[in-house]
Amino acid sequence: MDRHFSRRTGAAGLRGSTLLALAAATGLGAAAPAMAQTPQRGGTLIAAADTEPRNLNPAMVASNGVFYVSSKVIEPLAEMDYDEGLRPVLATGWEGSEDGLSITFTLREGVRWHDGEPFTSADVAFSAMEVWKPLQNLGRSIFANLEAVDTPDDLTAVFRFSEPTPVQLIENALPAVSAVLPRHLYEGTEIAENPLNAAPLGTGPFVFAEHRPGEFYRLTRNDDYWAEGLPYLDAIVQRVLPDAGAKAAALETGDIHLTAFSAVPLTDMARLDAIDGVSVIPGGYEGITYHITVEINHRREELANPLVRQALRHAIDTDFLVDVVFLGFATPSTGPVPSSAADFYTDDVPTYDFDPARAESLLDEAGYPRGADGTRFSLRLRPAPWFAQTRDTGDYVRQALQEVGIAVELVTADPGGHIRAVYTEHDFDLAIGSPVWRNDPAISTTILFRGGQPAGVPFANQYGYDDPEMNALIDAAATELDRDARVALYHDFQRKVAEDLPILNLVDFTFITVARDELQNVANNPRWATSSWADTWIAQ
Amino acid sequence: MPWRFLGRRLQQAVPVLLIVAVGVFFLLEIAEGDAVDAYLAATGAGDAGLAAQLREQYGLTDTLATRFLTYATRLATLDLGHSVAFDRPVLEVIATRLPVTLMLMGSAILVSGALGVILGGLAGWRRGGPADLTITVTALILNAMPGFWLGLLAIILFAVKLRWLPLGGIGSIGADLSGLAAVLDTVRHLLLPVGTLALTYLALYVRLMRAAMIEAADSGWTLAARARGLPERGIVLRHMARPALLPVVTMLGLQAGAMLGGSVVIETVFAIPGLGRLSFEAVTQRDLPLLAGILLAGTLVVVVVNILIDLLYRRLDPRVGDGVRATERRP
Repeated sequence: MDRHFSRRTGAAGLRGSTLLALAAATGLGAAAPAMAQTPQRGGTLIAAADTEPRNLNPAMVASNGVFYVSSKVIEPLAEMDYDEGLRPVLATGWEGSEDGLSITFTLREGVRWHDGEPFTSADVAFSAMEVWKPLQNLGRSIFANLEAVDTPDDLTAVFRFSEPTPVQLIENALPAVSAVLPRHLYEGTEIAENPLNAAPLGTGPFVFAEHRPGEFYRLTRNDDYWAEGLPYLDAIVQRVLPDAGAKAAALETGDIHLTAFSAVPLTDMARLDAIDGVSVIPGGYEGITYHITVEINHRREELANPLVRQALRHAIDTDFLVDVVFLGFATPSTGPVPSSAADFYTDDVPTYDFDPARAESLLDEAGYPRGADGTRFSLRLRPAPWFAQTRDTGDYVRQALQEVGIAVELVTADPGGHIRAVYTEHDFDLAIGSPVWRNDPAISTTILFRGGQPAGVPFANQYGYDDPEMNALIDAAATELDRDARVALYHDFQRKVAEDLPILNLVDFTFITVARDELQNVANNPRWATSSWADTWIAQ
Repeated sequence: MPWRFLGRRLQQAVPVLLIVAVGVFFLLEIAEGDAVDAYLAATGAGDAGLAAQLREQYGLTDTLATRFLTYATRLATLDLGHSVAFDRPVLEVIATRLPVTLMLMGSAILVSGALGVILGGLAGWRRGGPADLTITVTALILNAMPGFWLGLLAIILFAVKLRWLPLGGIGSIGADLSGLAAVLDTVRHLLLPVGTLALTYLALYVRLMRAAMIEAADSGWTLAARARGLPERGIVLRHMARPALLPVVTMLGLQAGAMLGGSVVIETVFAIPGLGRLSFEAVTQRDLPLLAGILLAGTLVVVVVNILIDLLYRRLDPRVGDGVRATERRP
């Protein structure tokens, strides 16, 4: 421990200081001078695998599990960067038109696909029109207004939109939604069934070599990579280790260099960090910050009352969640934009301190006094089952609400069952959710508040909350071309959320990487685990 | 060869399979959410159009009756279909996993059976002595330990502290091994998981063997053998151990099924790509075709193992011959 914290403090616009504070608070990361070394070529990085998605095509499925493997093989137009904000990858530049109806991308010269064919604007046009817009889970909404992509020459792609589209939104979305596929291998095939979806072929620094289901993925160095001298590694192996305890043991023995996405339990972090040669690195995921929320079903008469929702917020101690559930690896939240997103965040919003007495008086005022048994009313709470922390938050919220006289019954299901119950059948009163902040409010945040979502859309407003003023704000920001005006609208949006409390944002967290110290350039961008690892190297 | 008997065994397996197949369909049907819900949970975003598109693609939009009919027809024609979760043919998915589980399960059963016979035999022969006490108590303690915990302890000791054995997987990744080296590599990787499984099941065989040995020791034929002045060694092996093996062999067959399911935990701890983990994934992904395929494969394995056991039984017990129903003579 730990070169990472110290180096991060210089990073522009991001939460270096928060990380330091976190590190200090959790007793991790005594500062050590950063090692200035020249990168060394060679070596095989062995990481613990994440999930084994059925479809590894990031142009179709923008998810962490897919990117973790495929981002090394298939590249986006641009990637997130701590210093520059956005770093050009397959696109070297872009410019929006005055009317917001087109964006012109200049593409990188001399890039070749892994099969030797040249990369051109036709690949970008094909990917955008045939894959991102019609098929991708995020792209379907972001590119809904994309009408055509013109290719005046091999290195220019002009995106034409039917409605004014903010360049800022497209820029912020590029890292997640713009993975470019080889047109010559996809065109004319059934895209969803193409065998390359399981064995991706791209322009990236690593070539997909092998997947043995249940065992490992293996990627080898692309010797023909467009960036001179990169990548440093000869190969990447992602090894399937389903048991968290076994992952921690593998880090200790050096069988693996790395676990990403908080794959080892938070309770193991301090122990691992104390091991010589192993470091806990709580950074490199700011581009995919998770919120812990209480989702509220406004169809319940009690919960439709704003006073009750304010009471719920006052009854929950977010500091407790940070300290006990997250062991310090989280920050209390003020709303739907995390404080690490400096471009959009405002703290100028109404806040609700932890104040059970105030919660009780608000509930009395709302007309729900304690009954003879001390209970005001009872609710069914469904914690999302996918993180230990969502389940633990459920346990805590149950206790916290019982303190103020609301009886809570916990209902649990597996991921498929939870999704169906909450987002299609609305069979819940409260739920603990974990929506993702993806770098721009319009990507996966405003959908949690915009009314009019049909039942069945997951991770969206299935709450029965439909406020005209809120809808108008969201719609205005979606087409506002001026950056400052757009940001101002999102500040209003955050204030409106804090006033209405359609759902409760409790804390924000990002994942944690645990890595062996010989691994260099770890967590050096805000989407590190899901980025290309071209500049990652192993000190020998 | 007892072909008639084999045929009868296979016939008996058919209703079992039918009940299991129908059960699987309706249990998954009762579970909240379908394959698309499970998929959307994993990908973290999606819209209503995407969900509808996927349901269409997976054939989930049909009525319950139609879907059951499709499922039943497929099973009847032994068409295992396409796995939703893995996006590959079910047969292919299972074919890569089944040998691994068989290897793990087979070795574990054999090791725990063999050890159980030896230790249980010893304990029964020296009933009440210090060996009996040590063996019985140790086996019970091992039996009471959860498999995953014992497995993790084994990893900490042999893989982390001593560094003698690899901590998971079924082979060295990237090592291009062949012949003896490849076999040794597999053996090294399987030592801990097989050992863990075998130890947790050991108590069963020790107890069975011990009890049967004691019963045999008190039997008339052993008394007669003693009266005839036969050497002790012959009495223990021929007159006590051999009949005592019968219940152990029966139990080995019964355990085959349990071990197939029991290895989910061990497969997870030791990162072994076997059927146990696969079935867990199939359930969480609501992958009906895959789950049905796994159950068929599992049932098939259990049936085959039991046929083998029955054949073995005929060799061990001279009273069971052709034309005599083996099952009727089981203790």
